[in-house]
Amino acid sequence: MTGSARGDRSIEVDGLTRRFGTFTAVDAISFDVAQGEVFGFLGANGAGKTTAIRMLIGLLAPTAGSARVAGYDVATQAEMVKRNIGYMSQRFSLYEDLTVRENITLYGGIYGLSDEAIEKRTAELVDRLDLRDDVDTRVKSIPLGWKQKLAFSVAVLHDPKVVFLDEPTGGVDPITRRQFWELIYTTAAAGTTVFVTTHYMDEAEYCDRVSIMVDGRIVALGTPSELKAQYEARTIDDVFVRLARAGNAA
Amino acid sequence: MTARGDGAAIEALGLSRRFDDVQALDDVSFEVRSGELFGFIGPDGAGKTTLFRILATLQRPDAGSARVLGLDVVKDFWAIRTRIGYMPGRFSLYADLSVEENLRFFASVFGTTLEQGAELIAPIYEQIAPFKDRRAGALSGGMKQKLALCCALVHTPELLLLDEPTTGVDAVSRREFWDLLEKLRAGGLTIVASTPYMDEASRCERVALIQRGKILEIADPRRIGERFDRPLIAVRAAERIRLLEALRAHPGAGSVFPFGDVVHYTDDRPGGDAQAIAASVRDDLVAHGIEDADVEVVPPGIEDVFMALMQRRGMEAA
Repeated sequence: MTGSARGDRSIEVDGLTRRFGTFTAVDAISFDVAQGEVFGFLGANGAGKTTAIRMLIGLLAPTAGSARVAGYDVATQAEMVKRNIGYMSQRFSLYEDLTVRENITLYGGIYGLSDEAIEKRTAELVDRLDLRDDVDTRVKSIPLGWKQKLAFSVAVLHDPKVVFLDEPTGGVDPITRRQFWELIYTTAAAGTTVFVTTHYMDEAEYCDRVSIMVDGRIVALGTPSELKAQYEARTIDDVFVRLARAGNAA
Repeated sequence: MTARGDGAAIEALGLSRRFDDVQALDDVSFEVRSGELFGFIGPDGAGKTTLFRILATLQRPDAGSARVLGLDVVKDFWAIRTRIGYMPGRFSLYADLSVEENLRFFASVFGTTLEQGAELIAPIYEQIAPFKDRRAGALSGGMKQKLALCCALVHTPELLLLDEPTTGVDAVSRREFWDLLEKLRAGGLTIVASTPYMDEASRCERVALIQRGKILEIADPRRIGERFDRPLIAVRAAERIRLLEALRAHPGAGSVFPFGDVVHYTDDRPGGDAQAIAASVRDDLVAHGIEDADVEVVPPGIEDVFMALMQRRGMEAA
């Protein structure tokens, strides 16, 4: 594995920069994420999060600096990056008119799994998510919380080294949310790095470490407890609001 | 505008509404006092939007009744519409009209002018005035939301209904929005807002917790912890999965949930003393080989109460 040759870091970002004309959307950000870590990538609307992620997943070339994801350089090995990551967006990537089984089969095929592997993964997944009775139900008819768990499971179907999640738990009830985080923790404990983007600060409290981006730069990075202690704040939301307001005032 | 406290702005009795095989609202009753800032808190699909549409007279209930500003939502719908401001959850502005054109349009629909509504919207409008010639579609999320609020207020309503006004906007804009609502409330306006974000409950005077079309509880958010009938223990340890497993195996374990960077534990054995439970949890974790655990008794918050009520009602997670 190329990734393991460089120690246990799944994401290494060094001075990563992206300019659009005269506007610097991402301004020389640097950070590392360890294998199996749950990392929260926070920022206000327009702070540069989306641009940074598009570079990390190999969709946008950096203007300066470098990043390695899953052991591959995002600028020169973008195809290998894409093959070794999973992605779950806010509006799930599931096909609503296909059944649970059909969605798993479809994504398994896209990821290049063999028929045999797909069958095995389907059985495991359906068992773990308790979807046995609904395996032939169309996705549009299953509850939101199950869709979220299924979308996540599909995003890690090919055992990627890193999975990117965009606001994974928005809108679900508090019990379902916690079940979802347990699924994330289990996946991370098995060695997949989980990279969570969100502007819902409550989600940040569940991450091992979080970074906060303001105006293209990372202005804070640490465990939720460290950041709360450092800024004498009760919640990450308080930390964030203080940093973002300071940024806007500047 | 009615003076604060002189009666009910909304009285809902047994409201129910069904769509095909989904019971969106199931026998919902509540009262909002005049001048109150009242919140409906619940996840997607809880029935919040259906409830707001009924209150805004855009949908009829299958059963039950509701009076808004003393008027019946089915019989008196025209009269209600001119006296309330309603901000739907989805972006409700005309994206190709400018900020100012949107405001003038909404004013004219209600037979008034932007100038007549100016006093009420002034504190909000001054924040978006620098962009008054910009197309609404080109505004940031936080700015759109402030414009939508202005449009809902331009005819100086007595009651404001806001359906998920802060969904999808960032933490700074969310706070600014609630600050604005507090100012409006201080001016005497009655405000009913819904949100899926539990942490916004503290900005309301009273909240209704809603799930699967039912109201689980109505309470003052500052006192909602009193609805939690057992000690709550927060445990922190480096290895989260192992910690969760060990706590679930603890004799007497009730609920065990990850909660940010800690795990919340309750005990099912009746009459337990908080410190005694904490001590037994600590000992048991050491016996499981988890020696770095930090165990403390903490006050329950709104999410703890919400989850306990869901479990008591036998509502499984969706």
